[in-house]
Amino acid sequence: MNSIIFTAAARLLVALMFVFSLFMLLRGHHLPGGGFIGGLIGAVSFIVYSLACGPAEARKALRITPEVIAMLGLGIALLAGMFSFFLGDPLFTGQWYWVGGDSYETSAFSLNTVLVFDIGVYLVVLGGILSLTYAFEEET
Amino acid sequence: MAEHSDPNAPWKTVSGIGTSAVTALLFVFFLQYLPIVAAGEPVRWVVPWIPSLDINFTFWIDGLSLMFALLITGIGAMVMLYAAKYLAGHPQYDRFALYLFSFMLSMLGLVLADNLIALFVFWELTTFTSYLLIGFSHTDPKSRRNALQALLLTAAGGLALLAGFILIGITQGTFEMSELNAAGSLVGKEFYTLILFLVLAGAFTKSAQVPFHFWLPNAMAAPTPVSAYLHSATMVKAGVYLLARMHPSLSGSDLWVWILSIFGAVTAVFASFMALRQTDLKQTLAYTTLMALGTLVMFLAGSTGYAITAAMTFLLVHSLYKAGLFLTIGIIDHATGTRDANVLGGLKSAMPITAAAAALAGIAMAGIPPFLGFIAKEVAYAGALEMHLWLFVVPMALIAFALMFAVAGIVAYKPFFGPQGALPHEPHEGPWPMLLGPVTLGALGLLFGLLPGISAYYLIEPAVAAVMGAPDVGGRVKLWAGFNLPLLLSLVTFGLGYLIYLKHQGLRERLARIEAKSPDLDASWDVFLDKFMGFTKLQTKLIQTGVLRQYMFATFAVFALTVFVTLMARDVGGLTLGLGGLGFMEWGVALLIIAGTVLVLLTSSRIVALVGLGVVGIGVALIFIMYSAPDVAITQLLVELLVVVLLALAFLKMPNLDPTGVQKHNFANAVLAIAVGGLTTTVLLLVVDQPFDRRLTEFFEAASWTQAFGRNIVNVILVDFRTLDTFGEIAVVLVAALGAFALLKGAAKARAVKEDKK
Repeated sequence: MNSIIFTAAARLLVALMFVFSLFMLLRGHHLPGGGFIGGLIGAVSFIVYSLACGPAEARKALRITPEVIAMLGLGIALLAGMFSFFLGDPLFTGQWYWVGGDSYETSAFSLNTVLVFDIGVYLVVLGGILSLTYAFEEET
Repeated sequence: MAEHSDPNAPWKTVSGIGTSAVTALLFVFFLQYLPIVAAGEPVRWVVPWIPSLDINFTFWIDGLSLMFALLITGIGAMVMLYAAKYLAGHPQYDRFALYLFSFMLSMLGLVLADNLIALFVFWELTTFTSYLLIGFSHTDPKSRRNALQALLLTAAGGLALLAGFILIGITQGTFEMSELNAAGSLVGKEFYTLILFLVLAGAFTKSAQVPFHFWLPNAMAAPTPVSAYLHSATMVKAGVYLLARMHPSLSGSDLWVWILSIFGAVTAVFASFMALRQTDLKQTLAYTTLMALGTLVMFLAGSTGYAITAAMTFLLVHSLYKAGLFLTIGIIDHATGTRDANVLGGLKSAMPITAAAAALAGIAMAGIPPFLGFIAKEVAYAGALEMHLWLFVVPMALIAFALMFAVAGIVAYKPFFGPQGALPHEPHEGPWPMLLGPVTLGALGLLFGLLPGISAYYLIEPAVAAVMGAPDVGGRVKLWAGFNLPLLLSLVTFGLGYLIYLKHQGLRERLARIEAKSPDLDASWDVFLDKFMGFTKLQTKLIQTGVLRQYMFATFAVFALTVFVTLMARDVGGLTLGLGGLGFMEWGVALLIIAGTVLVLLTSSRIVALVGLGVVGIGVALIFIMYSAPDVAITQLLVELLVVVLLALAFLKMPNLDPTGVQKHNFANAVLAIAVGGLTTTVLLLVVDQPFDRRLTEFFEAASWTQAFGRNIVNVILVDFRTLDTFGEIAVVLVAALGAFALLKGAAKARAVKEDKK
């Protein structure tokens, strides 16, 4: 698509949308959002970019091939699920560690496997959709 | 064939010596059970697998399974050592060792399993691993074909077996063979005939009884150590083992006696003639294995002490001498470069140890005293005379044993002591790892014969007791049983066998002529496979048209039909269309969705149709928002967006729907679309009509904060309560994306190749 307006706008929009996708990912546990939605928004941002500047440019901006991202995501999700296994809980049980306290109310923040799993979901969705779209676009 | 490898290559590899050592340790492990089992105390282990279905890994060591376990591990250890040297330097030796070891373990599982389902699992495992072993020389198309033939035949029998086992389980209420055997015979009970036929189908294919015999000689495509192992104590004996194992449950009926006697006897006699006819020593041995299997089946037809003792003694003897002879043939093949009975001769001075080992095995096979083979033959005649069909069984046994005597001369005597032939290589003695097996096995055949009391007490009588389902009275295994009819028959056998040996070359030519005229089952198999493949191709062409529209039509038609039939059958009553509560917004969204649908139907441009579908999707997302489900709505919107983008990318390369601009809708499609839409609406209305069950909702509302520390219930369900589901879903996303990626890239590559050719 050879539209200067679209190309110029896309550069701004893409960055905003990508940051927004991360925002949606991180806030997902309490407010609308999460890995699935975040991944979709992230994918849309890069699709917009590839529509504006071509798939080659978009691939370069992504730095890692989307298939690898998706596979990494699945691996991260699996590792997050296996973590509980090593602690003696059934597979995929969420593990929480409260920093500076012993419950949600008393702690400053928490480290948990649930978010790690959600990041895995995010990466799979992002990588999966992008690998499909780029392959479609490059198919001539 | 992968027969000849580098004699100087290192052979003390981990995969060779390691597997052999582990198997030898297993042998020692099983040895300790000899006194326990001989004292009449079987050992049982239970490992639960699916207890709710009465399916467990139950292992049962009694006389029968212990004898088999010792043969499997003992001969296995020697064969593995032999193979380490035999295939030394073979580029795929490690793979071979893995196959052989896995086969050994599956076979061990088969004979130890007490649960029928567990036995079936091991049964099929032996089928698979033997397929890998037979097809080990996979660059040879003949080898692949023979492996596939063995796999298909024995696996088909295995399926029949599974059906039989399940029938037993359903009618008898247990899958444990020890319980079944203790409960007495199934003869006369429900489904006995069907069960018997199914089990026999499994056993006869595995143990290569006529007319399923042809895979066994073909399986000789495997390297010699494999043949030695598969065809002496293991694979092909599995069918015999099963018949022996289920003897207390299934034997005793006329059907059992007739089928086993006739099939066994015909197999034995047919195979011994075929053995005489072969010139390749390995093929000769293959047919003698067939003869042994036939003999064993024939004696298992009986239920008397002598018949069963004959079967068990002969089983032991045969395993020892057959493994020994196969291994000897391998050494000869290695040393001289040929296995042709007409060429081989005068090897005794060059290969004295091999000659001694072959002589020991050969005498056991011929059944000459004081070897265990002689005792086996004596007991066999005694057993045959006691059987119902003795008038048929005794002459058949006599012919088979006499031919066996002659074949023993051809295989074990002539190559070493016969006249010198023109050999491809100068012969040399085999290395010790290859000699150990044949020498030990041959010596054991002699030792067991010299000490009949000990071999009977520890090995044969416990096995007989297991097969009979009652403690054995013993005393049948004797080197000298006095002047009686069996001894006379033995003498006749020797005389007849010697005559046949003297005349064997003339007989062979005559047999070859008869064989040329008789029907060839092996060739019929190929024809059958070809015809079957033709049929499957035709069927695939009919069902798998490759047209996406037809697949979708079929899928939706089946859906509509099943839902419609269910609704009719259930008699769901009337529908209520509660439109009263709808406000301005709801009507607006509904109209939007309808407008989008109409647009899709009327347009002749794919892109416009796509936009129409997008409108429908966004309408649905709006409904989600109205009923306050923001997560679902956002996802719906984004997916809608992505679908539009992806399809638009695809559609850019496709022509208009109707290039002429005229709408030509298929009437059948319209009917189907209306039917599916109508039925879905009906079902939805019926669902909404039911009182809403809030139990899950209440649980998630209450638990998502207290147990999972999240306020967004949708997300908490996705990443905490139902994580495994989500994991499965993202795995599907990944697989689908990679699959589509491969398709797109593969098509592009194929096109590029095509253009290059132009």
